Amino acid sequence: MVEQSFWDEMTGGTGDIRAVYARIDQWLRDTPPDILAARRSQAELLFRRIGITFAVYGSADAAERLIPFDIIPRVIAQKEWHLLEEGLIQRVKAINAFLTDIYGPREILRAGVIPADLVFQNPAFRPEMAGRRAPHDIWVHIAGIDVVRTGENEFYVLEDNARTPSGVSYMLENRDVMMRLLPDLFAAHRIAPVENYTDLLLNCLRSVAPPTASGEPCVALLTPGQFNSAYYEHSFLADRLGVELVEGSDLFVRDDVLYMRTTQGPKRIDVLYRRIDDDYLDPLVFRPDSVLGVPGILNACNAGNLTLSNAVGTGVADDKAVYTYMPEIVRFYLGQEAILKNVPTWRCRDADSLKYVLEHLHELVVKEVNGSGGYGMLVGPHATKEERERFREKLLADPANYIAQPTLSLSTCPAFVEEGVAPRHVDLRPFVLTGANGSRVVPGGLTRVAMRKGSLVVNSSQGGGTKDTWIIEDA
Amino acid sequence: MLSRTADNIYWLARYVERAEFTARIIDITSRLAALPKAYGGTGAEWESALLAVDALDAFKEKHDVADEQTVLRFLVFDQDNPSSIRYCVERARTNARAVRTALTSDMWQAINSSWIEMRNIERAVAPFERMSRDRIDPALDAVKAMSQDFDGLAYRSMLRNDAYWFNRLGLYMERSDNTARILDVKYHVLLPETESVGGSLDYFQWTSILRAVSALTAYNWVYRESIKPWLVADLLILRKEMPRSLVSCYDNLSRFLDDIARAYGAQGPAQRHARAMLLRLENATIEDLFRSGLHEFVTKFIDDNNRLGALLAEQYLLN
Repeated sequence: MVEQSFWDEMTGGTGDIRAVYARIDQWLRDTPPDILAARRSQAELLFRRIGITFAVYGSADAAERLIPFDIIPRVIAQKEWHLLEEGLIQRVKAINAFLTDIYGPREILRAGVIPADLVFQNPAFRPEMAGRRAPHDIWVHIAGIDVVRTGENEFYVLEDNARTPSGVSYMLENRDVMMRLLPDLFAAHRIAPVENYTDLLLNCLRSVAPPTASGEPCVALLTPGQFNSAYYEHSFLADRLGVELVEGSDLFVRDDVLYMRTTQGPKRIDVLYRRIDDDYLDPLVFRPDSVLGVPGILNACNAGNLTLSNAVGTGVADDKAVYTYMPEIVRFYLGQEAILKNVPTWRCRDADSLKYVLEHLHELVVKEVNGSGGYGMLVGPHATKEERERFREKLLADPANYIAQPTLSLSTCPAFVEEGVAPRHVDLRPFVLTGANGSRVVPGGLTRVAMRKGSLVVNSSQGGGTKDTWIIEDA
Repeated sequence: MLSRTADNIYWLARYVERAEFTARIIDITSRLAALPKAYGGTGAEWESALLAVDALDAFKEKHDVADEQTVLRFLVFDQDNPSSIRYCVERARTNARAVRTALTSDMWQAINSSWIEMRNIERAVAPFERMSRDRIDPALDAVKAMSQDFDGLAYRSMLRNDAYWFNRLGLYMERSDNTARILDVKYHVLLPETESVGGSLDYFQWTSILRAVSALTAYNWVYRESIKPWLVADLLILRKEMPRSLVSCYDNLSRFLDDIARAYGAQGPAQRHARAMLLRLENATIEDLFRSGLHEFVTKFIDDNNRLGALLAEQYLLN
């Protein structure tokens, strides 16, 4: 294997422990494996009791599964974090400017920076939104940007999630469990808090209420219901936000105003944090067979009586083909170079790129432009010959549907696995909140870890686990 | 509060209370069924257990003979029987899961842990053909613990707002229904033919009723005399100090409905109906009830109680 070439966040690959990890290293050396194992089962018990589960689609018997939790925290120094933070805010700013433009004057298309068909042919592009503006020109209030690290100050954006990114409840619950589990280790560090995320989120949602809202705008969270894989998170967030958790059947639109049915009659909703996809949101406009949404909700929005968060049509900005143009998009709207790098990407829609990808399948990761959750992707170096051949056919049949990236040397962190403490690959999803008063990133995020040795796939639907992420003030 | 949330909270409380009641009935029935004939064993105990939890019709659709094993399975694990412990716990959890934000986390954990426990118990029992008492006792204990934890946690940890009031309404609606049903099943032994019916047979039947609602000690405290059938009825219907009595349930129902009405600024048909029922219970005497027929009284009560359920749903839960 080629493992030696990966940058390890604890050792930096040199064998010397990096300063931020000094206390973690000491703790790992002082703690025998059976104590670690006991802590791990304690953590599992906590998660099971609280009911933090997620559903895996298509696996009937594991209707509610726990995401494996690794008890060794991931540590990032504050100065490294600041760089990342700046880059994330820059990126979200550009995404919002891009959406305002695409559904407005379309200057970027006229300037020829990105091909028009990439936008108009995109299934996530919503013609219904053309000519519409979002309050304060903010379309994406909540973004989850997937970042991987390859060196001390080298961060790459793997993916932008600008629709309904999930995972923030794990960030909060992981922290909570770690504080209960390892109070001493916790106290030995100066860790930036993440607990105020929901306060920031509520302020952010209230700040983008439509002008017709009352002084105290009413916010609600829309969930597809308790059989959705992320239902736990929906109820958790509604609870922490102190807002109603509503389903489509609780809502109705009258005279272009959205109401929920309450024990005291209808109550107006001004801002809806929706956790269902555009497709299911309004059966009058999108999928007519959807029972999850609310007929007429888009009219309420367009009449200026409701803010949807995130706005309809943001998917066009996080699509994997548009992603490849992110450096150009940042430059076009902000006049700056992108702080966070893109992973070099071959767009298979270009004949030259397709040729290269087909010749190098064994060393590339190939993804569907619109896929997510690790489904429908090929990890070349780990795939069998047959799998590669099957993908070759798919690529030839519909090249524009795919992009390819080199297998990045994702950094590793120590994880407690069956063989003991060993390095495992990680990524990071920080959450960027944008309201009328600017953007904020809570210091931390969801670290996902590939629990299998050598694996680069961190998605929970593919057996990945999570870790608490500590941003540490000083080493 | 969302109407759906109120509905979930209300039914959550009902299913928890019902699960406990079924567990109690199983407990008492196996006690009675174990008695020799001379002491009250009739051989039909398991059938009356089905009657007491209002599941006889559902049972008959699936099974022919109401023997111990079949009824036990039906009351503990049957997935379609709305009175089975398994069904109640499952529904309680589904409802709780849908309204987690309206419960305190301790309440959710009480439900979720016993749901997990029930599943483990079921898995452990599955391979055996016979369900002996020591195999199902853990299930009965788990359910009683769940109900008591849940109820106590609601009392101790919930904000006194509509979520709490709908929780209490569900609890007392179910409890009054259960108390009435157990009275109805046993009304024939409560008939005061002569004061000295006595005999061990009736004695065990009466004490079993009292035991089923944890009222044996209460009886002794209140009346300080040997067990008399009309006093058992008096205790379970008209005594306010007895927390499971019908009048006590209606005292609570009326009070919590008034709390809701005050908070929402409007009285309605549910409040009026509950108040009327409370008045009737407060003004009745046990002599009146026996004169006009205990069975008739209980049957009418169950209907009136269902009527309150319907009014409540119309007023708050189906908006």
